Amino acid sequence: MIDNNIEKRIVALQERLIYLKDIFAGKHADDSDLLQDRLASFSRKLRSDEVSDPYTDIASMEDLFSYVESKLDSSVTAMDRVRIVRHPQRICLRDILENVYDTFTEVGGQDEYSLDPSILIARAVITRHRGKKTYHQPVMVIGQEKGHGAEFRNGGSVKPWGNAKAMQFMRVAETEGIPIHCYVCTPGSFPIEDYPGAAQQIARNIYGMAGLRVPIIAIISEGGSGGAEAISLADKRIMLSHGYYSVISPEGAAAIEGHLKEGERASSELIEHCAENLHITAKDNLGFGYIDQIIQEPPLGARPWHFEFFRTLRQEVIRATDEVIISTRALPLLKTLAQNRHARPTANLEHLYIHWGLSAGARSRLVALRQKKFLRLSRSAASDKRPMYNKVMELLSSYITKPWNSFKYDFYRKHQRKIQTFVEEIDNEWETFKYRLLSPWRKFKHGIEKKNNAKGEALMALSEWTKDSRRKKWNYLSPRYKIDKTLTCPNSAEYGCLDLWGPDLFGEFAGVCSYCGYHFPMEPEWYVRNVFDKDSVIEFNSEIEAGNPLSFPNFDERIRKAQEKNGTRSGCMTFEARIAGIKIIVAMFMGTFRGGSVGAAEGCKFVEAAERATKNRYPFLAYVHGTAGMRIQEGTHALIQMPRCTVAVRRYIEAGGLYVVLYDTNSFAGPVASFLGCSPYQFAVRSSNIGFAGPGVIKETTGMDIPPRYHRSTEALARGHIQGIWDRRQIRANLKQALRTIGGRNLYYR
Amino acid sequence: MLNISELLESIKESPYRDIVIRTPHTGCLSFPDLAIGAEVHGPSSQWKNKPGTLLATLERERNPKPILAPEKGELVELHTELAGTFVEAQTAVATIRHRLTREEVEHIILQKALFLFRAPERAKYYFTPEMDKKIHATESHSVKVRDGMELLIMSRMKREVHLQYSGPDGVIYAIYFKYNENIDAGAPLIGVCTQEQLPAIQEVIMRIKTEWAGR
Repeated sequence: MIDNNIEKRIVALQERLIYLKDIFAGKHADDSDLLQDRLASFSRKLRSDEVSDPYTDIASMEDLFSYVESKLDSSVTAMDRVRIVRHPQRICLRDILENVYDTFTEVGGQDEYSLDPSILIARAVITRHRGKKTYHQPVMVIGQEKGHGAEFRNGGSVKPWGNAKAMQFMRVAETEGIPIHCYVCTPGSFPIEDYPGAAQQIARNIYGMAGLRVPIIAIISEGGSGGAEAISLADKRIMLSHGYYSVISPEGAAAIEGHLKEGERASSELIEHCAENLHITAKDNLGFGYIDQIIQEPPLGARPWHFEFFRTLRQEVIRATDEVIISTRALPLLKTLAQNRHARPTANLEHLYIHWGLSAGARSRLVALRQKKFLRLSRSAASDKRPMYNKVMELLSSYITKPWNSFKYDFYRKHQRKIQTFVEEIDNEWETFKYRLLSPWRKFKHGIEKKNNAKGEALMALSEWTKDSRRKKWNYLSPRYKIDKTLTCPNSAEYGCLDLWGPDLFGEFAGVCSYCGYHFPMEPEWYVRNVFDKDSVIEFNSEIEAGNPLSFPNFDERIRKAQEKNGTRSGCMTFEARIAGIKIIVAMFMGTFRGGSVGAAEGCKFVEAAERATKNRYPFLAYVHGTAGMRIQEGTHALIQMPRCTVAVRRYIEAGGLYVVLYDTNSFAGPVASFLGCSPYQFAVRSSNIGFAGPGVIKETTGMDIPPRYHRSTEALARGHIQGIWDRRQIRANLKQALRTIGGRNLYYR
Repeated sequence: MLNISELLESIKESPYRDIVIRTPHTGCLSFPDLAIGAEVHGPSSQWKNKPGTLLATLERERNPKPILAPEKGELVELHTELAGTFVEAQTAVATIRHRLTREEVEHIILQKALFLFRAPERAKYYFTPEMDKKIHATESHSVKVRDGMELLIMSRMKREVHLQYSGPDGVIYAIYFKYNENIDAGAPLIGVCTQEQLPAIQEVIMRIKTEWAGR
């Protein structure tokens, strides 16, 4: 008869063996075979009563397991980490809630009876002591819950309404003034467009977190792309040593790198290669500065029975929250004293109580610190080749323009309005008086005009076709107008559109099918030259260059080719321009430059443009000629642009700016799920597609077939993601109108 | 009177529909590597958005346009002799022999054997409460209709109009509309046959169901 306790320990060892085999996927077979043989032999002996002291033997067996795990821990690769965090034996959020916090109440659903079981929200309490006093410190815990293989948890892949729920409770925490602890355990967001929409909701979350007036701590275990960003814009970002944080899953990167078609699967070598080159580990991300700290896990990753790890996690989470609170203190001396006390490795944080509530001033400082922290990130990842002279001049000019603009807009404009109102009233009275005075003269003039009806005749006559001025309608024509060929509209089967002659289509018709109105894609230059006032476009920061910050294999060559093809150094062109005299700052993402993907250089240019718009108090337009998402070959350097650019947008909007987004052709993934999707005014050009993930990715991740035109702008409009659809030929007029109507008293225009 | 059995026999003799594919406009033809006798397929997927087999390419003004198979079937004619030549619009390019499915045969027979009472305008249709009770209580085949009888309610945007049946007297054989679903103008609402024809139709339909199985 085997002792029940021994039986349990054998089962635990068997589970450890399964885990070891799973995470190495066939590698280190010698070690796993050795453990398997030893365990089998021990069990056999135990059952045949050949073991004299089973407790000693099982202890030495456990020591052997620990020894092998420690030995193999040093050889864990990036892809092994991916398998570790996705393993059902990995610690999950409920384990953390039970072991790190003293008590907790789950809110917003329970297990499968939840709006979205893949996100778990709880009000938890940490109890601390100072002397004889006990303090209960409440926190809002939000995180993706993978569960231990529970299918309804969907692997921590959160649906749009799950992210909305997270945002809802972040607002609750803000109202209550309690810190938020976010646990990021997601392979990525569930890519569906149903309201509130995967991309749009993530954008709302990031935008919301950029200004949330309570401390936020993010702890990253599995940080998969946009899904991770939805709850990780934090004052302090901590990563578990065996976790990963990446712009895309290694499988997704392999599918793109291997140019795989729908249904094809990437080889394991290619996936390993991508995982390695994406630099997704905690150590890599600490080096880049995208996380603040690493918490060391036990060998081969934390599992629910690693109680010592939970103790460490509790200490570090408390320390991080305390540090954020201390950083907002106004008095430098008190701040330094508290920081020194907490920095001591021997400090027992359970007995170092710090009040987690913040004053109004401290809350403002907290948000400012968070925003500045994100704006500082990834500057070195973009290759800034602006001459030193330009940088110095820009800095000097900002010293002059800042006070000037402050005087002009904050002081002069206020009084100017009063004067203007007075002058307008006088003018109205004068016009009424003039109208009455000149009334007899108008009657006399009208009589003469009736006799001379030449104008009316001209209107009734046929148009003159003596000279073909049709092509002079546009300042710029697509070079395709010179190609003598016809094109078929993609809607021809449905609407019976006849073939269109290229020179007409790309010339006079501006790429619009004259039968159904389908918009053929046009070059970015077409918009630059035809939407804005002639010769008003002044480009800036063109010297900031897209590069290969991760030294991704063969990527330098691909970037160079894109630069040659487009004649630009990055996929984002930033410029100052005018529309009917209204000055505006534009950031244009070009779909022709590596699909319009956004990397560190593009993000840097966007942030600079937003700051310039704030400084000059101009409206800010993000024109998206096309974007395929964040540039995966730049890894987290690209991913971090999501919160970073959103912070820039938030600062601009809160300073009173008017931020308008206009989507064209195809706009997908990260940018839409952050700094584009957060705009209150989003419009789309007709026939464009807007969404989070393309049909192939949706099929692969959700198994759902999506109907054709699922991402079409009309669908996005119907779902409430955008505010309107514009005809390409009317962009200029619509923009002008939008600037005049939306641009009000507190928005910058003219 | 229509002899339904003969109609079925004639379909069984040649259970095919030949689809002639013609050029939509003038142009120069080229053909892919396809042989006569090859199996071709029509548009597929849930939304029929995956195109059918490429049969030929017609190029006009440097604009190559694919000519695709509209239905599943066997390629019986392919005019490859036209390859490289300039052809007029409506020139036959290929012929697909499409084997009729069970549903198609049923449809052909019912179209000929039944009187179809059609929707006068796009709306939602319901039986009048009395008719509805009868249909639910017994089989629809035993519900008799006669000319001028109040049969249906046409509902559009909460505007409800009673609709009278006009056509030959008989029994309802088939109901083509569903509850709370919009029906286009001209689409059939019910199929009516005479009481005498009913057993013959039922027998033929049963024969089709058994004999066309697996095809």
